[in-house]
Amino acid sequence: MLDRLKRIIEIYEEILRMPHRTEIARELREEDDIFLLLLYSEMIGIPNPVYYYTLELYPYMIEKFHDWHLRMGMEKSPLSGIRCC
Amino acid sequence: MNAILVAIIGMLILALGYRYYSKFVAEKIFRLDPNYVTPAHRYNDGVDYIPTNKLILWGHHFTSVAGAAPILGPAIALYWGWLPAFLWVILGTVFAAGVHDFGTLAISVRNKGQSIGTIAEKLIGRRGKILFLFIILTLVLMVNAVFAWVIANLFISYPASVFPVFIQIPLAIWIGFAVYKRKAKMLLPSLIALGVMYLAAIFAAEYQFLQIDLVQYMGGENGTGLFGLGAVGTAFMIWIIILMIYVYFASTLPVWMLLQPRDFINSHQLVVGLGILYLGLLFTNPTITAPATNANPDTPWLPLLFITIACGAISGFHGLVSSGTSAKQLNKETDARFVGYLGAVGEGILALISILAVATLFHNADAFKEAYSSFSAANAGGLGNFVEGASVLAGGLGIPAHISVTIVSIIVVSFAATTLDTAVRLMRYIIAEIGAEYNVQPLTKKHVATSVAVLSSAALAILPEGPSGFGSGGYLIWPLFGTSNQLLAGISLLLISIWLKRKCINYAVTLIPMIFVMFMTLYAMFQQVFFEWIWFGNEANNLLFVLGSVIFVFAVWITLTAIQVFRGKFEQENVDDERTDK
Repeated sequence: MLDRLKRIIEIYEEILRMPHRTEIARELREEDDIFLLLLYSEMIGIPNPVYYYTLELYPYMIEKFHDWHLRMGMEKSPLSGIRCC
Repeated sequence: MNAILVAIIGMLILALGYRYYSKFVAEKIFRLDPNYVTPAHRYNDGVDYIPTNKLILWGHHFTSVAGAAPILGPAIALYWGWLPAFLWVILGTVFAAGVHDFGTLAISVRNKGQSIGTIAEKLIGRRGKILFLFIILTLVLMVNAVFAWVIANLFISYPASVFPVFIQIPLAIWIGFAVYKRKAKMLLPSLIALGVMYLAAIFAAEYQFLQIDLVQYMGGENGTGLFGLGAVGTAFMIWIIILMIYVYFASTLPVWMLLQPRDFINSHQLVVGLGILYLGLLFTNPTITAPATNANPDTPWLPLLFITIACGAISGFHGLVSSGTSAKQLNKETDARFVGYLGAVGEGILALISILAVATLFHNADAFKEAYSSFSAANAGGLGNFVEGASVLAGGLGIPAHISVTIVSIIVVSFAATTLDTAVRLMRYIIAEIGAEYNVQPLTKKHVATSVAVLSSAALAILPEGPSGFGSGGYLIWPLFGTSNQLLAGISLLLISIWLKRKCINYAVTLIPMIFVMFMTLYAMFQQVFFEWIWFGNEANNLLFVLGSVIFVFAVWITLTAIQVFRGKFEQENVDDERTDK
């Protein structure tokens, strides 16, 4: 009985949290996008003194970058420097 | 007649509708497939597309679509007696609203979770989409004007509700920050906020000084207001201006800060409200005193009944929620039946209690007839009657009348305020989209779009001289709100029919309610625009005439375009769903 009640409360809370979850995830994603821009700003012509080092992150970022350009409505990678697809 | 019996009959039909009819529609018409990869899985990005448990998705869907409209419509439509309203709510939910909400969800799931507007573009072309956008625009414009008036009206009639409603704003912001910045749990803060609000309601109901009664401050109903408007007119103007300033901020702030926390509190209120009313019904065991039908109405029920009760029987607004949001989070395609159809059923249950609350309020049929002496009296007094009736039901649980009246009015105001927030935000997006479509850059800016939205809504609420004097323009356009809402529903049903036809599936289940809804809507519109609001009509009103004619022309245009498409005169372009490339 108590377990059931707990489950009901959980579901109820989940219902409340649902739209919030989306919103928080969206803001986080935007922060990630800005981070991506900071790392690879050189590729779009903004000078970046630490580009040499950020380039080391390339293998880790490539999948995220692929998601990003798909999300932005570009079928293929817009930057010739990053060849994800 | 016993009200509990009516409630049981209504719920039984709704349950049967879900159990059998929706099963038939799901299996034989939409042919839902449990193995189909839904957009939530296919495009899972952890943000918009997330597979979600069907119970949770239903809860979210229901709380998004349930608002003040399913309460207000039936409370007015009781003018024609309780039986027509009851039948339309129940049968409309089973055969029209359920299929519509479920159908828009299903079609959206098969089209990458796109909104019904985008699907319209795919099915009937760009012109169709723009017409569709304009209809949605007028719809939300009217929602804003109507609900601003509704809230102002409740604030003036129940001054004790003002303080608790305004206390909700800082509470919501507090929850927003607590959850967003400090990752607190949501349930407890929102329950505390609800408790504080109701405590404020009890205090405000008890102590006069907490009741913000603008009319009293200006010397009572016969007092003098500003600009020669009289006290009531001035109070309306002040409240509408305050509300418009509020919605400007509410719809431009990040949603997590104000809009969503308010939604949490309101979800509790929905549960509390429905719980109190149905339990109260059980405890008070009231008898329906309202007559079953009205023998001599001054306004014919056909077609106006079907327009007056929009939400609660069928509402195009639901399609916007179904197709834009819920479709992106559906875990399995077969869940669409549970989420969409039961979402409409939930709304029907809300409309049902609204009918019962008003139908049991009066001592006898004569008292009812006095309150509902004419259609305009029903329009003006409908919501007040619901608040009174609901507080009588709540009285069955031992809640003192003055407190329950305050709490019920807070619940209604909260619903209306959320609808207002959402509608202004939606209007802002649509204005921006139209701006982008026609390359008008300034319109795509957030504050410009919001200003246009807020100012036009305020103008519509304030400009027409309504039945209850200044500021009641909102009620005048209630039928117009109903028509554009139904129109949207009709167009959505038509889109689903086109889509089904292209799949070579029997489309009668969507075509029949579509023809019914479209016929009633266009009939009502034609009658009102060209016989009532026209300059030689009974209720000549230029503003309503222009607005009504514009919607009427849009409606006829989009219907003709869609019918052409339906008959296959346009080339079929990439309208196929993703089933083939699974």
